[in-house]
Amino acid sequence: MELNLFVKNFAEIFEETEAGLFKPSTKFRDIEEWSSLLALSVIAMVDEKYNVSLTGDDIRKSLTLEDLYNIVKEKK
Amino acid sequence: MAYLDFPNVSLKGVSACVPKTILENRSLEIFKTEDFSKFLALTGVERKRIAGKDICTSDLCYYSAEKLLTDLKWGKSDIDCIIFVSQTPDYVLPATSCLLQERLGLKNEVVSIDISSGCSGWIYGLSIISALLSSGNLKRGLLLVGDTILKTCSREDKSTFPLFGDAGTATAIEFKKGDKGFRFHLASDGSGFNSIIIPDGGYRNVISESSFEKKDYERGITRDNTQLAMDGMNVFSFGMKRAPESVNLLMSHFNILHEKTDYYIFHQANKYLNEKIRKKLDLSEEKVPYTLKDFGNTSSASIPLTLLSISKELEHSQKEIIACGFGVGLSWGSVNLTIDKLVCSALIEI
Repeated sequence: MELNLFVKNFAEIFEETEAGLFKPSTKFRDIEEWSSLLALSVIAMVDEKYNVSLTGDDIRKSLTLEDLYNIVKEKK
Repeated sequence: MAYLDFPNVSLKGVSACVPKTILENRSLEIFKTEDFSKFLALTGVERKRIAGKDICTSDLCYYSAEKLLTDLKWGKSDIDCIIFVSQTPDYVLPATSCLLQERLGLKNEVVSIDISSGCSGWIYGLSIISALLSSGNLKRGLLLVGDTILKTCSREDKSTFPLFGDAGTATAIEFKKGDKGFRFHLASDGSGFNSIIIPDGGYRNVISESSFEKKDYERGITRDNTQLAMDGMNVFSFGMKRAPESVNLLMSHFNILHEKTDYYIFHQANKYLNEKIRKKLDLSEEKVPYTLKDFGNTSSASIPLTLLSISKELEHSQKEIIACGFGVGLSWGSVNLTIDKLVCSALIEI
């Protein structure tokens, strides 16, 4: 599992936010486009691409994309 | 692995009853401040039925049962067991199934059971009524399933109130020697008990004054502890993993072929989740009917209600069906059954 690929996969879910703005240090829940639907899209992406089930708490307790990446890695 | 196989039972008929009051989601108070188009894209729920104060789940199931018995030409004395599956019973006690035995005019020699279950309730209920009938000691049973779940939702909670709808159903099952019967996969995971929960009002958290204190959880989510709380992310994650897994386990355990399966009836959770499940299983759209648009997520009633949406296909021919329920508990399960000339009653409105 690779962090940069995770960031890229994450960025692809967003429609309005430019892909270049996503970094491992990005506080994803602060992005203006972030919504409950996008949260579900993240869960779906992680299920499809990494075969990992994220919980609501996994997303709520992650501040940055790297935090979320580490949770996925741990669960894999 | 919890696989069950009950031969010698057959599904004979299905009926449903909904309150006549239609609630258009776009006109709800909460969508004056929240984005309706986003909600619609996620859930697919345009409108639903809502029961007034004077309508209980048992009323919806009562009218469903009366109509179904008439359409089947079954006598009241033919019924040997009734199972009522709901999370919105008439009373904390006694069991609503006993009240329905009397109200429907059934004989005293009837086995009546209440089951507390939601989105997987029709599957669980069907497995239990099949177990009762399969030996042939009891011949005919009614599975009465539904909820008036909107009574438990806060109108200021965008995660529950716009999503759910009220409905009650009746399913008729008969002992039939030599019939292939039903095959099940059932499972549960109590670690997710608080993903869908009404925290207060049982005996763990007895009702107190604080139960009625309204709390703001996030934008568009205000409720008290006597009302339904749902962690949408947890439920989504759970459904996406467990529903396809259960269907796959059922099919591989019992050697059921996709090519020979005519329809897949899923609990109607929300459009986004159900489409993820459909795509994960690689099912074509024609094989997966929906009732979300007009009825919302109707809890345990969703599978029989969705069966009725394809009544034209089921009334005159034989179809191979897989149904899958998943949700509150957490609890989930799937069933495979052959439906032959199903009696489908016209939708009742009260």
